Formats: sequence, C-alpha cells, structure tokens
Amino acid sequence: MKDTYRFQHKHILDIEQFSAADISYILDTATSFKEISTRPIKKVPTLRGKTIINFFFEPSTRTRLSFEIAAKRMSADTFNIAASTSSAKKGETLIDTALNLEAMNPDIIIIRHSSSGAAALLTRHVNAAIINAGDGTHEHPSQGLLDMMTVREHKGEIEGLKVAIIGDIAHSRVAHSDIIGFTKMGAEVRVAGPATFMPLYLDSLGARVCSSVEEAVTDADVVMALRIQKERQDDPLIPSLREYAQFYGINRSLLQHARPDVLIMHPGPINRGVEMNPDVADGKGSVILEQVTNGVAVRMALLYLVMGAEGSNVE
Amino acid sequence: MTSTIILQNGRLLDPVSGVDASGDLWLQDGVIVPAQEHIPENSLVFDLQGKWIVPGLIDMHVHLREPGEEYKETVASGTRAAAAGGFTAVACMPNTQPVNDSAAVTRFILEAARTASARVYPVGAISKGSHGEGLAEYGELKEAGAVAVSDDGLPVLDSQLMRRAMEYAGSHDLLVISHSEEIALSRNGAMNEGKVSTRLGLRGIPVAAESIMIYRELALAELTGQRAHIAHVSTAAGTDLIRQAKARGVRATAETTPHYFTLTEEAVAEYDTNAKMNPPLRTEADRQAIRIGLQDGTFDAIATDHAPHSVLEKELEFDQAANGIIGLETSLPLSLNLVREGVIDAMRLVELMSTAPARILKVQGGTLAEGSVADITVIDPDKEFIFTRESILSKGKNSPFLDWKLQGKAVLTIMGGRITHNEME
Repeated sequence: MKDTYRFQHKHILDIEQFSAADISYILDTATSFKEISTRPIKKVPTLRGKTIINFFFEPSTRTRLSFEIAAKRMSADTFNIAASTSSAKKGETLIDTALNLEAMNPDIIIIRHSSSGAAALLTRHVNAAIINAGDGTHEHPSQGLLDMMTVREHKGEIEGLKVAIIGDIAHSRVAHSDIIGFTKMGAEVRVAGPATFMPLYLDSLGARVCSSVEEAVTDADVVMALRIQKERQDDPLIPSLREYAQFYGINRSLLQHARPDVLIMHPGPINRGVEMNPDVADGKGSVILEQVTNGVAVRMALLYLVMGAEGSNVE
Repeated sequence: MTSTIILQNGRLLDPVSGVDASGDLWLQDGVIVPAQEHIPENSLVFDLQGKWIVPGLIDMHVHLREPGEEYKETVASGTRAAAAGGFTAVACMPNTQPVNDSAAVTRFILEAARTASARVYPVGAISKGSHGEGLAEYGELKEAGAVAVSDDGLPVLDSQLMRRAMEYAGSHDLLVISHSEEIALSRNGAMNEGKVSTRLGLRGIPVAAESIMIYRELALAELTGQRAHIAHVSTAAGTDLIRQAKARGVRATAETTPHYFTLTEEAVAEYDTNAKMNPPLRTEADRQAIRIGLQDGTFDAIATDHAPHSVLEKELEFDQAANGIIGLETSLPLSLNLVREGVIDAMRLVELMSTAPARILKVQGGTLAEGSVADITVIDPDKEFIFTRESILSKGKNSPFLDWKLQGKAVLTIMGGRITHNEME
C-alpha cells in the first residue's frame, strides 16, 4: 500500500476531498514529525526558502499560531496578514487581495475566512497552494485531522470507535470536518444537542443524530464538546447559556454512560461551565491539550505534503 | 424598408385558434394579414421548411437594470438579448435605481424602449420605493404605461398592505405580481436548505420561506376576489398550493423559470455563484413537481427572471455574491427540452411562452390571428449551439448554463413587422 501510495492534493480545502488512505497517510506523516517539536532545537530545513502567508480574516489565536509554529519548525518564511491590517476593510475584494499576494510569489497561502467556500474561491484565482484554516461553517480540515490523530494515538485505530459530538453542529466547521473524517475512517459518529443546533440532513454527512446527549454518549469511546457561540441576535437558537449548561453540558454523571476509558475532547477555546464542566475538561481522559500539541504536527505534515505535491522533494 | 414579410412552409402554431399546421404567414405594415394572390415587390420571403412559426415570445419577468445600474444591463442591451432569445416583448421589474414607483420612471423606461429590440412593459412598484409601506400611485403608473405592480426582489411583508395592493390594483386593472418570500425564514440564506447546504456549510433557505408566502398571497386573492400572479415558483410545495387554489376558483396565475425545471441545488456544489439566485435552486423532487405543474396547467407561464449582474457582484465569496442569473438567451432551448422529453407538447410551449403571458398582462400578441400585431418568432427546434460567454448579448454573463450544448433556437424574430434578430442563412 505505502509503496504505491502518493499524496496528490495540491490544496487542503476540506476533509471531504480525502480518502481514508489520504487521512492515514497525513496522520502517519504528522506522527513522524511530532518528535521534531520535542527536540532542543526544534527546526528542520525541509521548507527552507518557502514563503507561507497566513491570511486570516477572522480573529484566531491558536490556529494561526499553530500554523506559524509549524511553518517555522520547517524553516519556511512566514508572514501574517490579519483582516484588520489587510485591504479587506478598504473595500478590496478577496480575489483582488489574493492576486496581490500571489504577485509576491508565495508558495502556500493559509486562509481563514468567515465565508464558506472562501478557500475554494482562492484556488480558482491563484497558483499558490491553499490551505483552509476554517471557512465559515463549512470545514476546518486541520482541526479534524488533529482530532483524528489524537484519537488514533490513544486508541490505536479509529475504525469501530463510537465518537459523540455534542453542541452547536450547525455552526461548527470543526464538527463538519470531524463528522466526515471520523466516518471515513470507520468510526460511528453520533451527534446531539438542541434541535436548533442540528442542521437538517446531517445524516447525509454520515452522522447519527441522537435525541438526547445521554443516547449519544452511551458506550462512547470519544466525547467531544463544541464551543457554544454567544447568542445570535438574528436567530434565537437557545434561551440562555445557563439552560444550555444544565441540559447539554458535559459533566461527570453524564460520562457514567460512556466507556470507562472515554477520551474527552474540545476544539477550544472552552466556555468552562457551559459546554463542559471544569472537572471534565481537566480530569481523567481529557486530551484537550494533546489536541493542541498534535495540531502543530498535523500542520507541519500538511505544509510538507502540499509542497511535495508541487514537486519539491525534500526529506 | 420592406413592408411585407412572407414566412413560407413553416409549422404554424397558434394556441388561440388551436392551429398546428404547415403553411405560410403574411406580415404587412406591422400586422398579420391574409395571404394574397401576388407577392408584392420588395417583399422579404423566407422559406421555413422544418421551422416553427409562433407568436412572438413574451418574457413577463426580467430585470433590465435601467435606470441606475446601466453597467449591468440597459433597455437596449437587454432587449437585444431578448430578441436573440426569440422574445418580442419583456416585462421589466421595478427594482431599478430609482425604483419604478412613479409615472416619471415608467415614462423614462418607455422612452428608452422606443428604439429597443423588443417591446418593454414596465412593472411598477407595489409600495413606494418598494419599502413595503404605503401604496405607490397605481393610477398614474397605469396611465404612464405600467402593466402590473410588484415589489419583486422583496416580498411585501405587511399582509394588510398586500391586501390593499390587490384591491387597489384591481380598481386600476393592474396585475399584482408577488415575490413570495417569508424573509424571517430566509434571511442571510445563500441556497436551498438541504443536503448540499449542510455539506457546504451555507446558510439555507427552507422551502417554507416560499410556501408560507405563496399561501398568504393565495388567501388574499381569495379574500379580495382579485387577481394575483405568483412569480418564480421554485418548490413542489408552492406548486401544490397554486394547483389547489386554482381548483377552488382563486384568480391566481403563476410562472416558473427554466432554471427551476432544469437544475437542482447540486449546481451550487463548487460554490458556483452563477447558481445562486432567490428563490434558490431546489431538489430533484421539486424540479420534477415543477415539470408536472407545467404539464397540468398549474403554471401559466415560463418566465426567466433574467437578472444580469457584473463580476463585481458575482466574483465574490458565495454568501457575499448577488442573487440572480441571466436567462433571456437560454430560455427557449431549455424549454424546448420539455417538448423533446415529452413533458409538454409544442403548442403548450407556445402557450406558456407567449399566449398566456399576453393574456395575463393584457397586452397584444400571443396569437397568429389575422389583424394581430406582427410579433413573430421563428424557431429552429433542432439547431444546436454552444452557449459561450462570447456569444452572450446581455451585459450580464452570469449564467449557470455557460458552455452547455443547447438545442433549439430562435432564428428569426420579428417585432411589429420589423426584424429584430435574424440568423437565417
């Protein structure tokens, strides 16, 4: 299998584009890179001379930093553009801004944007490799991959696991990437939350929509809570965070229904006491900070692989 | 300039008389006349073997963008596209800048239409500025030449205002055209709410956003006894409501568009903004229901909702891009697909694209009867062509049908005895 496999994706737009073999290969690559971050000198020359632009239209701390650290550990030159300092506010279109970046010959553009499909739009207008760091409520593929990497490290393999995702599925690009990714890898993905958080036709992505959190969590190997966004003024989704915490928050008694070795995950940042109690977030089985560590390794792998697909063969 | 045009050996199709026969049609001084013994000097004679001679097609729902957005379309460019698509008349929606809510704007449009390639029937606004508060001046609009009123692009949210609009429009014999959308359900939506919107992470517009408002319009038409025309129906649910209302005698008419009976939400799959319109493309079940509605008479007319935009509005993030696609130059071949696929016959096609729009708008045309206006479309039902960006006459190039191979074309379009489009060899 490995002898004949070739990673052939120029862009990383979503998990949907990957086969199970692709995902395994990315996770294997990330695992092999993980050790670099534990060295005294955390740097390899692999992407020396490559120019990587972090093009972030939405506020982000950990994802942007994670990509930047990943790039720097691979010796690439990185540049950050935040929406507030770009031309976006002056009325320049996304495509115009991207064409201007393109004119400076970057190798990779990492984009985060509030519009679903923004990363795909860039691929039609620039030659650089595009990595989607989250587009609207579509996908957040590197997050989905780091979640799968974390689960695989602990459970050996993903196939056959029961993964429960609790919370605002409709507005979560992380949930979309996780549902699609874990399903492709052979896990059973259950989702739960108030119906206002459940998009219609979620089953078409492969998820089983449960009528209660308890049902979703029962015998689960993994329980993941999603961050609850502050109430949206134009669309009343939940009456209050207080009521949400009471009926949908992850607490110890709920986890009695899960497997004893259940992994507790959260894409961060956590609203402690809302979607997850502090004793769960910090307690037994929590791998929330390992997710962050693995994020750097996964992003190193993605940067490496998209450059490999472009023909730079460095080891 | 010749005053006599003789169309020979074509297939004459006239839904008014029911004639479907091979024959000739004589046009003289802008009207249809009986055949004469001798062909007058300087007559233009066309041999139309294998082609259809039908009353000029009428598109009762287009956006010509003038005044105010001439970079997107003008009366001149839009009617050139219309003529090329086989249309001899179009009804233009009032969401221009300024909104056509006055006799002055209506007259401005009609002035521009004097030299246009198709008749232009202005539609006035239901409410002043289409703001949804207070009626526009229908009496003056009608006198200036408006044939209907609509706040198209926006629904009338206030049910009482819509009731009054139907009543007051009835007094002036103006048709009310409803853009049926419950905004509270569709706000910020970018496409149909369904499998594809869930996969793409795009905010969905549910079927109920359309069907709720269609139900209201039908209930108000029933209450007032007035006419109501439901524009651009996209859903099976909406189609059913209209069918039921018609069965119990409500004075409702309805139109759908070629994109709703041709495409589904899958066309959005790669975030293609040329597949973004309002109402949105729906599911295969909706598409099938619309085809049945065209077959069984639920729909009276095929319109295009021709909505030209420039790249400024379309080459954007999907949720930021404008709604709407052009349609004048693709409507006929896409509708002919319905004939080829056995959904409707040729006569019904002419009814949907000419006779019924003329009857609903109460304008001339829609028939081949002697003495009628010489608005004629000659169709080559077999002619194949690739719909390329370069071939488009509309200023807007925003079509989901770009590079499609289409079959069936207007090869000769005649408005009032004047040839407005000619691709006869």
